[in-house]
Amino acid sequence: MSGPDLRAVTLVEAVNLALHWEMAHDENVVVLGEDIATNGGVFRATVGLKEAFGYKRVMDTPLAENLIAGTAIGMATQGLRPVAEFQFMGFIYAGMEQIVSHAARMRNRTRGRLHCPLVYRAPFGGGIHAPEHHSESTEALFAHIPGLRVVIPSSPQRAYGLLLAAIRNPDPVLFLEPKRIYRAVTQQVDNNGEALPLDTCFTLREGEDVTLITWGACVLETLQAADRLAAQGITCEVIDVATVSPLDRDTLLCSVAKTGRAVIVHEACRNGGVGAEVAASIAEGAFLDLQAPVVRVTGYDTVMPYYRNEQAYLPQVGDIVEAVEQVIAL
Amino acid sequence: MRQRHEFHVDSVRYLDEHGHPLDDLPSQASDTERVLAAYRNMVLTRTFDAKAIALQRTGKCGTYPSALGHEVIGTAIGQALAASDVFVPYYRDQATHLLRGVTLQEMLLYWGGDERGSAWQACPQDLPVAVPIATQCCHAVGVASAFRIRGEARAVLCCVGDGGTSKGDFLESLNLAGAWHLPVVFVAINNQWAISTPRRLQTGAETIAQKAIGAGLPGHVVDGNDYFASVDVLDAALARAHAGKGATLIEAVTYRLGDHTTADDATRYRDAEELRRAWDRDGVKRLRLWLHDQGLWNADLEQQWQAECKERVEQAVNAYLATEPEPATAMLDSLFETLPAALAGQRERLASRSGGGES
Repeated sequence: MSGPDLRAVTLVEAVNLALHWEMAHDENVVVLGEDIATNGGVFRATVGLKEAFGYKRVMDTPLAENLIAGTAIGMATQGLRPVAEFQFMGFIYAGMEQIVSHAARMRNRTRGRLHCPLVYRAPFGGGIHAPEHHSESTEALFAHIPGLRVVIPSSPQRAYGLLLAAIRNPDPVLFLEPKRIYRAVTQQVDNNGEALPLDTCFTLREGEDVTLITWGACVLETLQAADRLAAQGITCEVIDVATVSPLDRDTLLCSVAKTGRAVIVHEACRNGGVGAEVAASIAEGAFLDLQAPVVRVTGYDTVMPYYRNEQAYLPQVGDIVEAVEQVIAL
Repeated sequence: MRQRHEFHVDSVRYLDEHGHPLDDLPSQASDTERVLAAYRNMVLTRTFDAKAIALQRTGKCGTYPSALGHEVIGTAIGQALAASDVFVPYYRDQATHLLRGVTLQEMLLYWGGDERGSAWQACPQDLPVAVPIATQCCHAVGVASAFRIRGEARAVLCCVGDGGTSKGDFLESLNLAGAWHLPVVFVAINNQWAISTPRRLQTGAETIAQKAIGAGLPGHVVDGNDYFASVDVLDAALARAHAGKGATLIEAVTYRLGDHTTADDATRYRDAEELRRAWDRDGVKRLRLWLHDQGLWNADLEQQWQAECKERVEQAVNAYLATEPEPATAMLDSLFETLPAALAGQRERLASRSGGGES
């Protein structure tokens, strides 16, 4: 055995690494999307795949998201494991009928005769001064759909391990990549092909006073807020939900039972967001453990502003600190 | 001005309305066993169809879309497909399903509100009935891509209605089939009506077949009530796909002789005289007359086969009506390969309630 193949990579490089690994180890894995083959993807997530695995398995598609979503379904029913890229989440809606009415239902409606082992990847979220329609976070739309997993990594290591798990999963996974942190952090990733578990929250930091529940790019601000609060003597348990559907309620409830307080942080707008499901779950399962109301720190219930105002929309470290101080004071 | 491109769309027909050949018949006509099997399948489909409607009218089946007028093209498709090909249907393809090995009981279960009606045993790779219009076209190009990626000489045949050809799914899929040179045959079954919307309101194009031209594919119009024309065009298109020569669009012209579904009443929007004229062009009758003329069929054989069809359908209906519903927990058990822990509580609740059916 050789030693670990450690690489210092960013989140988007970890995505690329996982795709390379899985394509090399499973010939059924194919990749398709707009500009993903020769160009290597607009964020370079698929760079080098065409050169390594050929155009037959790494396919530039016509510019039609509905087609991409549905073609991946057809491929998956015949035993391939397609990884289809939506160039930005803002353009996923054309493919929504395929995702909701077919990918998420195929196994159920054929009673297991056919199924869809596929991954839809999409960069999402704000914070990179992108044009209109390039910055939304609408994971809640998809978390509502039975039969579909929604997975969001928040670090290079989790991007690598969770993407491998998503590709190997026998059911459809929407894999949303927070592009604000595509290159924000570099982390050592062991390129060993080991997947991380789906349907499981990751407790990033243990604490006693309050549980901070978040996912995606907001994990960074939440950890920074926890640092700042630690200086004030407040210890935060920080949980990266990672799989926002189906939700690992047990981990969340155990943590809240310990801390008695919960602050939920997400970038998506508040109304009907995944945070509402988390809060309702805590109200149903840990009400008597609560010492303060559950508080949400989220984006505003408005259209994602153009980039001059996007920081005013996005949850900031100070917002999280303030919310924690508010629940601690009760 | 320089002419850049010209195109033509051919139109294929062999039999007139009385079953008389208009031209030399294609070679398929000499395979009398195949022709007789086709005719029998058309009659079986029609017998099943009438029974399914009757079951719905008496509260024993859910909303059902009649295949009346689709028996000829559906049968021709079923015969043209190889067992190893994949059929991607819409929802009026009963004649084809029967030839793929889907059972009458499975079809009744599907329209009778039971998911097991799509757990087809005989054709495990065929896609299930697609209710959302034209969405199946995208699946068809995906299946065809899988064959191309693996280097398999298999083909895909996808059906869509005339209304479905207005949707992006159809046009996007045609486009990809051309760009990727995929082994897929699209059959647009033009039955003239999309619920109450007539064909002329779907498109200003003279034919649906010419939609193929913009995608770089050949397009053919065929009389979908003419069995010989249908098998001729389908066999050629599938041979082309199997040989790696690319995709084809076939517009099969027929007429929806029934309502859109049992929930519809076509007399609200459709002229009785138009319907009467369409019955004159009925393809089942047309093939029967041809078989009579050839001495291959007669009134006795017709009576015997009708009785056989009734018996088969009765047996399927009895088996369907005797089928117990699945336990309610089945609604969760096939959602994922393994039920996520997050849903365990909901499954327990279903199992504990009346009708949970846990044994």
